[in-house]
Amino acid sequence: MSIIPEELRYLESHEWVHVSNETPGIATVGISAFAVAELTDLVFMALPKVGQSVSAGHEFGEVESVKAVSPMYSPVSGTVVEIHSELVNNLESLSVDPYEGGWIMKVQMSDPSELARLLDWTTYKHQCDNA
Amino acid sequence: MSSQLATTPLHAWHQEHGARLVEFAGYDMPVQYASIVAEHQATRTAAGVFDISHMGRLRFDGPRADQLLDHLLTRRVVDMQTGQVRYSLLCNEEGGILDDVLVSCLESPSGKNYFLLVVNASNRSKIVRWLQPHLADFPDVEYHDVTDATAMIAVQGPRAIELCKPLLPASVLSLGYYRAKVTEQMGKPCIVSRTGYTGEDGLELIVKSEDAPRVWENIMMAGRSFGVQAVGLGARDTLRLEAGMPLYGHELDETMDPYQAGLGFACNLKDRRFIGCDALEKKSKDTTLRKRVGLILEGRRAARQGADVLDSDGRILGQVTSGSFSPTVDKPIAMAYLDPSVAVIGTSVDIDIRGTKVAASIVSLPFYKKS
Repeated sequence: MSIIPEELRYLESHEWVHVSNETPGIATVGISAFAVAELTDLVFMALPKVGQSVSAGHEFGEVESVKAVSPMYSPVSGTVVEIHSELVNNLESLSVDPYEGGWIMKVQMSDPSELARLLDWTTYKHQCDNA
Repeated sequence: MSSQLATTPLHAWHQEHGARLVEFAGYDMPVQYASIVAEHQATRTAAGVFDISHMGRLRFDGPRADQLLDHLLTRRVVDMQTGQVRYSLLCNEEGGILDDVLVSCLESPSGKNYFLLVVNASNRSKIVRWLQPHLADFPDVEYHDVTDATAMIAVQGPRAIELCKPLLPASVLSLGYYRAKVTEQMGKPCIVSRTGYTGEDGLELIVKSEDAPRVWENIMMAGRSFGVQAVGLGARDTLRLEAGMPLYGHELDETMDPYQAGLGFACNLKDRRFIGCDALEKKSKDTTLRKRVGLILEGRRAARQGADVLDSDGRILGQVTSGSFSPTVDKPIAMAYLDPSVAVIGTSVDIDIRGTKVAASIVSLPFYKKS
């Protein structure tokens, strides 16, 4: 699996989602390089549990920096099937690789049509460039 | 950025150096340049340079300036020697804290003594208003708010004094802790004060606004080989928190008195009258009020202002006033006001962090003490 920022879909709140051709019902979710650079000094991440439901646009966890706590929103609805639990002890790796190695959770989507409502790279990048 | 925000004379430098700017007390201020942790550690291990020009600077001249301030401050002023600095509080008649301040007794180049009061940016307009009737009672005291005409720069850290060597006269660098002096920096007037808000050794400089960018550049240049870093308000907050220093609006406000806050040392009740002294006399003996304590938390998650502190039965013991992950302790730390029965070092408590209970223990302040 290779995750390329230009091929991902985004929420305005900086979460990305990737769906591979091999597992079309599974969405991999993370936070963008822009979000990591904005947050800086990450110290904690609260994640959902496997089996938990998440819904599009709703909070699924939170990420905490020295300065503040920020909620993370799910780009899709469904059930959490896998959590990147090692990431929690290695948050500094997110500043190097927020995509491939920095995925946060995998969700069995209940409504893949939600993907179409997300921002594409060009739109998302435009939003970041004008932030 | 809102057009109403005030800026310091160093604002352009902050913008040019990639600072993230936020509103603080009506000023557009740098919260961080790159990383709060990196700036924090630079201050602990080498030196950090802070633009603190937003702090209010109020000057009092005249032979009765000491008497006016002695009437306003909880700390005795009339016995201050030239060159002395004291930490004090301003209280209302009920003994509630209006502000915490530094008062300096300085000698002007013309040989006259005057006093400088450094107040919190967030309280400056309140204090200036509060001063007016008292100024009217002392018509011979000349008062000037010199905040906008000056800038204030802090240089803090174990190498702070060393790096200032090429910039300041030796007589200034040998000043003792909580001493201040009017001097010159490259021929321009400069007040140097051996004070700070980080728990490190260091200096605070007050210069004319127009000289500030040059002084700042000189410090950054002189500090390059020492690993100096410009430090924003983010690390200023984590540094003062580790040093156990209260921040107005968090540990201090008008509902809080100095004894609860652990600042009884800044109140001189004996043989003098000042605003709030009768109320403070009573409060100094009241053992029923919540007390300020330090907390170290388990895990990595920080408790923020307003989080409830609970006993094992879930009973609320008090609230967190400041909290952050501590880069030096490498754990989350917090200050809180707790019921006096439990405000004992070593006591275990829980903190409700957005619905999750996190274990914490009460520890002595400060969290960090320089070696």
